[in-house]
Amino acid sequence: MSAKGELPGWVDVGLIPLLNLFVALLISGVVVLIIGENPLEAMWIMLKGAVGSIKGWGYLLYYATNFIFTGLAVAVAFHAGLFNIGGEGQAYIAGLGATIAGLSLEFLPWPIVIPIAVLASALFGAFWGFVPGYLQARRGSHIVITTIMFNFIASSLMVYLINYWFRPVGNMAVESREISGAYIMSFREMARVFFDYRMPSTPLNPTFFFALFIAWAVWYLLWRTKLGYEIRAVGANTDAAVYAGIRPQRIIMITMAISGGIAGLLAVNEVLGAQHRLVLEYVQGAGFVGIAVALMGRSHPVGIVLAALLFGLLYQGGTELSFAKPEINRDMIVVIQGLVILFMGALEQTFRPWLSALFFKVED
Amino acid sequence: MLELFFGAETLASTVRLSVPLILACLAGLWSERSGIVDIGLEGKMLIAAFAAASTAAFSGNALLALLIAIMVSLGFSLVHGYASINQRGNQVVSGVAINMLAAGLAVVLGNEWFREGGRTPALSSDARFMPIDIPGISSLYDVPLIGVLARIISGHSLLTYIAVALVPVTAWALSRTRFGLRLRAVGENPHAVDTAGISVARLRYQAVIIAGVLCGIAGTYISTSLSASFVRDMTAGRGFMALAALIFANWRAWPALWACLLFGYLQAMGTRLQGVKFGTFEIPVQFINMLPYVMTVVLLAGFIGKSVPPRASGIPYTKDR
Repeated sequence: MSAKGELPGWVDVGLIPLLNLFVALLISGVVVLIIGENPLEAMWIMLKGAVGSIKGWGYLLYYATNFIFTGLAVAVAFHAGLFNIGGEGQAYIAGLGATIAGLSLEFLPWPIVIPIAVLASALFGAFWGFVPGYLQARRGSHIVITTIMFNFIASSLMVYLINYWFRPVGNMAVESREISGAYIMSFREMARVFFDYRMPSTPLNPTFFFALFIAWAVWYLLWRTKLGYEIRAVGANTDAAVYAGIRPQRIIMITMAISGGIAGLLAVNEVLGAQHRLVLEYVQGAGFVGIAVALMGRSHPVGIVLAALLFGLLYQGGTELSFAKPEINRDMIVVIQGLVILFMGALEQTFRPWLSALFFKVED
Repeated sequence: MLELFFGAETLASTVRLSVPLILACLAGLWSERSGIVDIGLEGKMLIAAFAAASTAAFSGNALLALLIAIMVSLGFSLVHGYASINQRGNQVVSGVAINMLAAGLAVVLGNEWFREGGRTPALSSDARFMPIDIPGISSLYDVPLIGVLARIISGHSLLTYIAVALVPVTAWALSRTRFGLRLRAVGENPHAVDTAGISVARLRYQAVIIAGVLCGIAGTYISTSLSASFVRDMTAGRGFMALAALIFANWRAWPALWACLLFGYLQAMGTRLQGVKFGTFEIPVQFINMLPYVMTVVLLAGFIGKSVPPRASGIPYTKDR
């Protein structure tokens, strides 16, 4: 760093991310302009669609639940200096765990089956994260490449399994039968069953609160436990960690298992809570959104929850926008996502020298 | 049986499916040999495929389509170069961003221009790179055995021959020219290159530009030769398969060709074996589809042979002060 000293903390955690986000949104606005639409109007429709109604909020929080899980998964790995691009595959495989547990234990009451199915989701996801972790730690293969490969392996494997194992005979749709044993009711269904109250139709379910709990648990793990300290030590300086008596290889494997396990919890929200069956390609890119969320949330659980809410807003708002204006395709969200990753991740230092100069000029 | 596995049809389709892999793999080779990791091959091919199909749809000119596709892919490449070289950003993050940006932009712009939900209109044969029958060889198609060979060699588009020709060119340039040797040095030990008074940034930008051009050709091939329009996500993970092939080839040009042909063959078989029964046994094609990735994981883990990336790849270069 320059001799002039460092920028104050609030610039680092507050101003720079906000500035980067602003630039990403600005360029998205330019894309909307190129399509020949008014970016401000588009933004207004998105906002109204996401936070202007109970239904909008329901979907926003439902999407955010997924992104909290995948964002935390990426962040935990980040803290150990690992880049887990495999959240997509880990969450996909986790659906297998949820489905097997849910379908095979149907004879048991739900208070027993649901916790087992949740655990199975985490374990299956953890396994799909652990293997790349093991290969990195013990065999020296690079985690980025291995997790990418594991996404594709998961994708083919699941097509096979859903098609040949889970699809009921004679069923055209490539999906399992309903997982009635581990059916997590949405808030809408609860309101109808218990209070005879009609709510707008949204898939929001109690998994949202579970996601908030996991966010707290990740914070506790990373900053309040010995393991968390070791994870951060390995990420900050592997050599120093070795001198402190930490075994980085062990930490890499454990971290990847935790990361995969958290990504796997997405299956609780999607498979058990929303779709109630194992559907082909059900993760739908949420694993990759996790990268954007983790970058934006600066790998801190509070930041991740906030970033997940923002992306929940973008997803719900984007859907409404594509209904209101068919000219703007729903994939506009993917463009925004890409820009956010670019400016929050790869180009995050772009404005720093410029800000520094400005900041110290003002201070002089 | 033999016909199914090694017939002219299967082998010709192997060649066709290998072409984008070869081009993308060479792009990755150039980039990574200079020390820039490129996860964004997929995105660059995708946006190039879209640019080529759109240009061809508007103008009906295949060569113009190729030119525009190369320029668009180059633009994305330069963004990656700027992030990785000037800003010393995380190269993997930048690659992921480029993949998303490409996937989103192609559909959003395509939907606006053609109103078909992100597809582009079907191209007429004038606007495509069509198969070329080499006069002397195409007459041999019906001769037994030699006909198979003839169909592998002839009947491909111009871009296929360019792709294959680029393999020896790359191998030669990287091992025999001053530029190539410097480029490899910059991927192994940038400090040494810098000490010798050669610009690290300049060399890396040159590599990134070459990668962009190659991905542009690959994308054009996918949407104007392999098929006749752009559909969303049509690169279907080929950029990542090319990365796998690159690892398989241990970052060398000739082995890259063989690795890509092998993966192309597996892709061809994956299509050919769909629903084919051997007695009562049906090979699930999903297992053939995942084979390239499984093989790469096994290879990377050092269970068969050893694959070593360029030493400085993925590490931003900072001049010592």
